[in-house]
Amino acid sequence: MATEKEEFEPLIVGITCNWCTYAAADLAGTSRLKYPPNIRLLRVMCSSRIHPSFILYSFARGADGVFIGGCHPRECHYIDGNYKALRRIELLRRMLEQFGIEPERLRLEWCSAAEGAKYAQVVTDFTAKLKELGPSPLRSG
Amino acid sequence: MAEEKEEAKKEEPVEEPKIGVYVCHCGINIKNTVDIDAVRDYSATLPNVVIAKDYMYVCSDPGQEIIKADIREGKINRVIVAACSPRLHEPTFRGTCIAAGLNPFFFEMANIREQCSWVWEDRAANTEKSKDIVRATVARSNLLEPIEEKIVDVVPETLVIGGGISGMYAALDIASAGYKVHLVERLPSIGGHMLQFDKTFPTLDCAACILTPRMVDVGKHPNINLLTYSEVEEVGGSVGNFTVKVRRKPRYIVEKDPVTGAIVCTGCGLCATECRLKKIPNEFDLGLGLRPAAYLPMPQAVPACYTIDPEKCIMLTKGKCGKATLESTREAIKRIKSGEVTPEQVKDEIPLCVATCGPNCIDFDMKDEIVELNVGTIIVATGTDVIDPNLQPEYKYGVYPNVLHGLELERLLAPNGPTQGKVIIKGKEPRDIVFVQCAGSRNKQTGYEYCSRVCCMYSIKHAHLIKERIHDANISILYQDIRAYGKAFEEFYDRIKGEGINFRRGLASEVYQKPGSDRLVVRGEDTMLGEPYEIEADLVVLATGLRPADGVEKVVEMTKLAQSADKFFLEAHPKLRPVDTAVDGIFVAGCCQGPKDIPDSVAQAKAASSASLIYLGTGKAKLEAIISEVSEDLCTGCRTCEALCPYDALEFDAEKKIMKVNEAICKGCGCCGGTCPSGAASMRHFRDLQIYAQIEALTEALAPPS
Ligand code: FES
Repeated sequence: MATEKEEFEPLIVGITCNWCTYAAADLAGTSRLKYPPNIRLLRVMCSSRIHPSFILYSFARGADGVFIGGCHPRECHYIDGNYKALRRIELLRRMLEQFGIEPERLRLEWCSAAEGAKYAQVVTDFTAKLKELGPSPLRSG
Repeated sequence: MAEEKEEAKKEEPVEEPKIGVYVCHCGINIKNTVDIDAVRDYSATLPNVVIAKDYMYVCSDPGQEIIKADIREGKINRVIVAACSPRLHEPTFRGTCIAAGLNPFFFEMANIREQCSWVWEDRAANTEKSKDIVRATVARSNLLEPIEEKIVDVVPETLVIGGGISGMYAALDIASAGYKVHLVERLPSIGGHMLQFDKTFPTLDCAACILTPRMVDVGKHPNINLLTYSEVEEVGGSVGNFTVKVRRKPRYIVEKDPVTGAIVCTGCGLCATECRLKKIPNEFDLGLGLRPAAYLPMPQAVPACYTIDPEKCIMLTKGKCGKATLESTREAIKRIKSGEVTPEQVKDEIPLCVATCGPNCIDFDMKDEIVELNVGTIIVATGTDVIDPNLQPEYKYGVYPNVLHGLELERLLAPNGPTQGKVIIKGKEPRDIVFVQCAGSRNKQTGYEYCSRVCCMYSIKHAHLIKERIHDANISILYQDIRAYGKAFEEFYDRIKGEGINFRRGLASEVYQKPGSDRLVVRGEDTMLGEPYEIEADLVVLATGLRPADGVEKVVEMTKLAQSADKFFLEAHPKLRPVDTAVDGIFVAGCCQGPKDIPDSVAQAKAASSASLIYLGTGKAKLEAIISEVSEDLCTGCRTCEALCPYDALEFDAEKKIMKVNEAICKGCGCCGGTCPSGAASMRHFRDLQIYAQIEALTEALAPPS
């Protein structure tokens, strides 16, 4: 059992806005920072584009974690999209629990375009957290 | 006819996707940690991928040529480059597609460098991750649609908001290039804060001497429509055609003849001389000097037209001045204008200002006037104000009259100030003067965490200017760091140090009055010597920092510009697009974007005008192509999206009971799509189905077989 857990590599679906967190992820690369290869990012223009169904669908498909990234409060490229994302995601988190998905599997972070280091840290922590939680209950592969 | 065309377009059969995947080595940048061959071969197995190639540098000319040839030969109609970030080269490859005759929105980038090869060293894991990324990109590519970019005409006029040094320079450049500029200033005169300064650092130029000729240039430029004592009330529309409403506040003195445009108020100043009120604190002197109710804010004002203060003038507040009432004045003015009587004959029926005004320009019935403008671009130059010194009560500003802030001292030093340039506090020349740096700024408690950038240099300048006037003054500057970063700043700092100014590292913790005298004691800790100090002073000057000007919230509300955490306007890119904003066609200049000195403000103003001139000169603007759409069939008219749209770009069609997107206003955040409960609101290029396909592809290995 213990060995199996060690081998478990979680898959994280990340959805971020183009302007801040996606740029932070790019900066982490340009700065050659290292973080585990478990996350794959999708890019949308603003975190407010992220419909809760994208998150639910990712979990339904067996993703072990979903990462949502946007701009810091007051820095959204479209005025206040990130506040709207925040509200939706906090509501969704409560629902997840009722579906039997640990709410910690959904993570929301604001990383500015200058915060490559923060992005790398967040992904590192999140990956570790998911390893601790083990595979998603909805995962079959 | 147009509708028919639309129909025809829709029915055109969409060509089956034929995808070309080009995997880039990026020299060794990708190749070293990703198995390029494996990724290429894997790509070839994905749905509708007909070509999979790899190349050393796909972004190079020969690399792009490979793609162009494949498009031209009809082999592919979708392009994927697996290489760096789309934020870097998406525009490059969209250009490649356009050059080969393919709609640029059929291009897609798979980011396997910044987000893969560079951030982990395990080749096997990176190769698997790259495959996942390419697989998701192919899934998306299969569902892409062509998007036509809309080009609109640009009204060849610009609105500049704010008549300080930045707004003036932006206006002058655009007007001199031959385009019409509407310059709106909320105060009665242009000039801004610079006009309040005595000398400028580090060159010690006289601020008024270099500024006033430019003010005159603005005032008389045939292409500048100067709207002073006016405020922008409403901004609508979008790049190329903004509709703007400007409220002209009544001056109660006629500036120009509404028909001929000829100057009416000659600025003779007799109304001010005659005005019964004389003791109103003058805003220009920050209340240190006095003015009448009919006033010119400063002698060099442009326009040189007087203003009657509606909050102070007794005729306007009480309807009576001396024996004259509003009624009697109205009647008398009519009779004077018709030539029936002379002002002398009716002098009991009119206030003193009316009696003395030669050109008869006083009109107490003047009302607000709304001016409507259409402009192609907007430059926001709303400037800055001083941080409230009361936020640090330990410095006792407002408690002791011999605690001033930097701008107040500036007025005392200025020859056009309330003391004609003499430093006089309570009738006496101070001997011991202490400057406290970083007042307000660089401070979590006050909420202004940034460095205001000008205070070090202005205090050094102040120290010199005081020494010029009071040779035996003892001056101490209490600082935490001296920031002399600009051209010739360090040399200036060095020179002033040699004038016997005492620089002490360690900010003051407290200012208090010496018991039994009006001298002050400044107490703090010298962090260089590691010991406390107490310095006696006749005058304490707080080197107070800058914040966005009052009223900035209103500008944010009207223009939808974003602010950074410090509340200054947020530029589109901190390095490469420093005067552009998130709203196309709106630019920022000067201190509204962040504290800066005069040369930086002017440089930014010139940059903003040049950015504006690109639109005005070409007469064309490209509208955002990636915007929202609402499906007529799916929309249930719940109007959830309407309230959430940050730009009010969604309108309810009451007849059809559905939502409609205003394409000129939508900026493409996709918030409506993120909230729509029925899947009707969606965003071009980021459609729900495209995103689902990406998620599906990424989780392929995990999901139960469907
Ligand atoms: S653009 Fe980043 S959250 Fe809106």
